[in-house]
Amino acid sequence: MPRHVAVIMDGSARWARRRGLPASSGHEAGVRSLKELVELCGKWGIRILTVFAFSSENWSRPKAEVEFLMGLFERVIEFELQNFSREGVRISTIGDSSRLPKSLQKLLNKAECSTKDNSRLHLVVAVSYSGKSDIAQACKSIAHRVRDGLIQLEDIDEELIEEELATSCCEFPCPDLLIRTSGELRLSNFLLWQLAYAELFFSEALWPDFGKAEFVEALRSFQQRLRRYGSRES
Amino acid sequence: MFSILSVGPIPEHIAFIMDGNRRFAKKQHLLEGDGHKAGYESLLSILTYCYELGVKFATVYAFSIENFKRQPEEVQFLMDLMVEKIEDLLREGGIISKYGMRLYFIGNLGLLSEPVQDAAEKAMRATAHNTRAVLLICVAYTSCDEMVHAVQESCQDKSDGPQASRKNGFSSLEESQICNGAEPKSCLCSPLEEGEVEYHVEREADLPIIKIGDVERHMYMSVAPDPDIVIRSSGETRLSNFLLWQTAYSPLYAPAALWPEISVWHLIWVVLDYQRKYSYLQKKRKQS
Repeated sequence: MPRHVAVIMDGSARWARRRGLPASSGHEAGVRSLKELVELCGKWGIRILTVFAFSSENWSRPKAEVEFLMGLFERVIEFELQNFSREGVRISTIGDSSRLPKSLQKLLNKAECSTKDNSRLHLVVAVSYSGKSDIAQACKSIAHRVRDGLIQLEDIDEELIEEELATSCCEFPCPDLLIRTSGELRLSNFLLWQLAYAELFFSEALWPDFGKAEFVEALRSFQQRLRRYGSRES
Repeated sequence: MFSILSVGPIPEHIAFIMDGNRRFAKKQHLLEGDGHKAGYESLLSILTYCYELGVKFATVYAFSIENFKRQPEEVQFLMDLMVEKIEDLLREGGIISKYGMRLYFIGNLGLLSEPVQDAAEKAMRATAHNTRAVLLICVAYTSCDEMVHAVQESCQDKSDGPQASRKNGFSSLEESQICNGAEPKSCLCSPLEEGEVEYHVEREADLPIIKIGDVERHMYMSVAPDPDIVIRSSGETRLSNFLLWQTAYSPLYAPAALWPEISVWHLIWVVLDYQRKYSYLQKKRKQS
């Protein structure tokens, strides 16, 4: 089993369009898929699940859709908070939270604090996240430390950068498996550094249609792959 | 066939992860070294097709820093092969002169042995004046190493900032753009000279300012635009620490064929698919 699974939850708006429904219905259906996935990960011993809920590029979507999504995040987290504690789910967020509505920021902080000791599954939600910005902010923190004389330029290595990335809140920051739904073959500025050796699985299913069967297919594919990390298999 | 493809948009830059040489050798009952040689021949064909099609930039993942962990004999063989093939590329009537190709060797070249470094540097100098096509060969490369280097350079920039600009005779206006903010608090850089205090101020909370562009400028790959397409042979769908930054919006294709088996048809199929999705991909890039 992979220790850390990452998911780009793509296709909710398309799912809705195909049914003649508004995008909001697609996103709501998407929440159901996410809930199922969180349950399965908890049951099957996957330690970390990182989901790409909202990218920094998504801010350019129609205002009404963005506002709906912000409201949806708030409602879902508020609703699920008790379940998280019961299910042993720890929740963290990564991304530029300063752009989120204040009420959502407050709620996310509250959720992170109240679940920080839960240990069955770590759910990392990427909201207003950009892989490149994550690396740039890590660079900024490092420059700060260099300026303050805490480290030398020569001390800057991969480990140091990894410590400064938003994913340093995770026990295993690098996903073993990335799943992207809706048939798109790109990473779209998600966890760029952290996906260096991740197995990429591109599923044709749109996110609201991604269920247990599709997840099993992705896991099977992962288990069949031979991971070499640049060296040779023995 | 190529004239049909030329009717649609042609990708400006294609990146290749050349995977599967050893498996090819095993399959064909050859020595492992012959698999790599077959891989080189495949590279020449694919590059020819790319440049005939009008692709301007091609990047290939020739040797990762992680590959140094392989058996010393294989590593040595690959280093010797590289020196031999660099000579071959540069020969009269070879692919470089035919397509007016400029060569870049991208990676932590200091990790390579001297003969390879020398051959690489000689090839870059010899082709520096070429402008029609560009071949970027990633060797002793990983994306993470490239990013570490870019971070180091960005930090160096910020800590040298006004000192460097004083040395280089930059205007005070440019200095104030390096330091940011309004209130005199403290300065990023070392002791101020008298009369320059108003240009060396910054708000504590904001410094140092490092943006995506700063990091990007210092990438080895900043000499080329981002790849429009990434093709990895042998069916593996992972990037293996290749161009992680530059492929944020690039579709990844993973044909099952091993690298020496990759043919013009794989390339045509990929380009057709790219053309089909072109306007959608461009829209996604512009949003970024």
